[in-house]
Amino acid sequence: MLPPLFDLTEQAIRVTLPFSISSGTGALVSFDGIVRDHNEGRSVVALEYSAYVALAKREGEGIVRDAIERFGLLAASCIHRTGTLAIGDVAVRVWASAAHRTAAFAGCAFIIDEVKARVPIWKKETYVDGNPRWVECQHAGGVARPPGR
Amino acid sequence: MQIHLTYYAILRERRGLDRETVDVSDGSLRTLYQGLRQAYDFPYDEMHIRPAVNDAFCPWEQAIADGDHVVFVSPVAGG
Repeated sequence: MLPPLFDLTEQAIRVTLPFSISSGTGALVSFDGIVRDHNEGRSVVALEYSAYVALAKREGEGIVRDAIERFGLLAASCIHRTGTLAIGDVAVRVWASAAHRTAAFAGCAFIIDEVKARVPIWKKETYVDGNPRWVECQHAGGVARPPGR
Repeated sequence: MQIHLTYYAILRERRGLDRETVDVSDGSLRTLYQGLRQAYDFPYDEMHIRPAVNDAFCPWEQAIADGDHVVFVSPVAGG
């Protein structure tokens, strides 16, 4: 069975590499998005990701497929956490392999940028000083900010 | 006709529900969202929302039909 191009999991991300390295591979790039302890000047103690699962998988798979085609990748995959995460947890992991490093780096960057911009996943941060808040990032087609921000 | 709505993130909190079925008189996503926004004080105008029908993003102009599953996707923050 082929590994998923994009997946969501409620469990800690411990997957090392979901696909095999073909003989033509010259570069493998992986990216980990990690929960950090601060955002926009506030101390973060935990965060929660929730997802519209069916659409997130559809959009995520489309992004990875697009990256493989655009950058001539040999393989690529992405997995994203949902649920409650602590500081230091892996929130998202991306892999991209190619014959050469330029394509592997570019493909990996494209995947994480597009996932952040348009996959329906939401993040709620909890701060040291209370008042949990939904973080607003982006939407496809441009930065989306509510009025007044 | 009846439309099935599911809410996520801040819209879920504002609405106080995960999902509901509503009666609508026309097939306009825009009219549906504007009514919900006014009723439940959603913090985003249509510029900041992407509608999805039956698990696929769609344009605001797409007509909705009886039994459709509609989600108004607020600004995302994965990664």
